[in-house]
Amino acid sequence: MYPPAFAYHRAGSLKEAVTMLSQLGEGAKLLAGGQSLIPLMKLRFANPLHLIDLNFIGGASFIREENGGLHFGALARHAEIEKSAVAAKIPILRDCAAGIADVQVRNRGTIGGSLAEADPSGDWAAVLMALMSEVRCLGTAGERTLPLTSFVKDAYTTALAHDEMVSEVIVKTPPANSGGAYLAFKRSAPVYPTASAAVQLTMDGNICKEIAIVLGCVGLTPVRAKEAEAALRGQSITAAAMASAADASRAAADPQTDMRGSAEYKRQLVGALVKRAMEMALRRARGENVEVSHIYA
Amino acid sequence: MWRSVTFMPEAPQKIRIQVEVNGKPYAREVEPRQLLVEFLREDLDLTGTHIGCDTTYCGACTVLMNGAAVKSCTVFAVQADEAEITTVEGLEKDGELHPIQKAFGDCYGLQCGYCTPGLMLSTLQLLTHHPQPDERQIRKAIAGNTCRCTGYQNIFKAIETAAARMRGSSHGD
Repeated sequence: MYPPAFAYHRAGSLKEAVTMLSQLGEGAKLLAGGQSLIPLMKLRFANPLHLIDLNFIGGASFIREENGGLHFGALARHAEIEKSAVAAKIPILRDCAAGIADVQVRNRGTIGGSLAEADPSGDWAAVLMALMSEVRCLGTAGERTLPLTSFVKDAYTTALAHDEMVSEVIVKTPPANSGGAYLAFKRSAPVYPTASAAVQLTMDGNICKEIAIVLGCVGLTPVRAKEAEAALRGQSITAAAMASAADASRAAADPQTDMRGSAEYKRQLVGALVKRAMEMALRRARGENVEVSHIYA
Repeated sequence: MWRSVTFMPEAPQKIRIQVEVNGKPYAREVEPRQLLVEFLREDLDLTGTHIGCDTTYCGACTVLMNGAAVKSCTVFAVQADEAEITTVEGLEKDGELHPIQKAFGDCYGLQCGYCTPGLMLSTLQLLTHHPQPDERQIRKAIAGNTCRCTGYQNIFKAIETAAARMRGSSHGD
C-alpha cells in the first residue's frame, strides 16, 4: 500500500529541520519514528507534500540525568527508554515505555513524536503529565519550554507552531518516598489502549503528601482527575479513600463509545485501573520493587 | 496537511540509497514513498518477507534493521539508507538452516507459514539479547507477530528449542 507521493528531505540537525519546516511551508511534516504517520499516510488520513526525515540526526536521542531531572532527546525511542538504567530511576516511565504497542513499534517510535502527535489514545502524555513534565520546543526564532499541560491543546493538537518541533522532554526527579505506576488495558499488543491510568504520589509516613492521577484514552486529551487527587491528598491511604478516588476518577472521565468499548465500559475500566495503579504506586513509594506492565490478552 | 488532489510530480523524485541486505551491499534508486517491504520484495526479489495487514499490526513483514526488529511496511526504503537489513533469506548459512528455522520445523511451529518469516526474525532479536528467555520474555518478544493458525503453543516450543540449541545444550529437544 503506497502513500501518495511526497518530496523527501533529510535533516542533518534539529535546527536544519525547523528551517526546512519554515521554508517548505504548511505542506511539510516531520518524520520521526513514523509508526503513526506512515500508517496515516497509507490510509490517506495524512497527505504531507514534504517529509523531513529526522532519523539521520545524531545526538537527538539522548537520555541523561542533570539538574535534578531526566532529559530525553525528542528522538529517544520507546525501546531505548525501556532499556535505559537512567530512565529506570522513575519506574512509571519504564511501565509506559515497555508496554507501548509491540517490540517492533517500540524499536522505531519516539517520545517526541508521540507527544507531538497528541493522539488521545497515546501513552506518553498521560504518564508525563502525572510527572509534571516540561516540553522544550525548538523553532526558527529560538527555544521555549512549556509545561506539558499547556503543550497539549486538544486531540491531535499541540501548542507547536508550524515551524516548531519538540526537541527535548524534561522530567523532574520526584522527591524521596515517591512512587508511581502506569497501567493501560488493551485488547492486544499492537493496538492503542482502551483506557489507561497514571498515578504518581509522594508519601510522608502514612499520609499522602502529594498525588497526581491522570487518565488516558477517556477524553480528547489526558484527563487530570483533580477531585480524585483531592480525596487522597493529605489523607492516609485507606481502602475507603482509594475507593472514593476511583469513583471520582470514573466521574472525571469523558470517554466515547467506539470499537474499543462503550463509554460506560471505559468509565468502569478506568476506575479499576486507577485503583490498581494507586496500589502499585503506594508499594513503590514504600520501596517495594513492583513489576507493572500494560494488560492485554 | 489535507489535500484533495494527489500531488504527482511529473518525474518522481528518486533517491540513491546504499543498503546491506543479508551481508550483501546494494546501491539502488528509490522513490521516497516506497516502503522497505516493497523494496525488498519488488526491487531485490527477496519475497520471503511477507505483507500481511499492511497496517503496522500483524508483523508478517518483520525484518531486522541494524539488529532491531521493525515492521518493514512502516519504514520507507529511503530510511534504510546506510543500514544493515536481515531478512528470512539471511538466516540460512552455507546451505544449512539456522537453528531457529530448524526448531520451527521440528516443533511444528507453523501451519500455513505466512507469519513464520516475521516470527523468526522477532525470535532472532530476542535470542540475540536473551539467550535463555523465560516464557514471559518470549510472549513479549512475539506480541507484535500475529499467527492465525497455530494458537502459538508450538511457536513457544520452537523458540525455547531454538534457544536451547543455540546455547549448545540439548534441553528442549
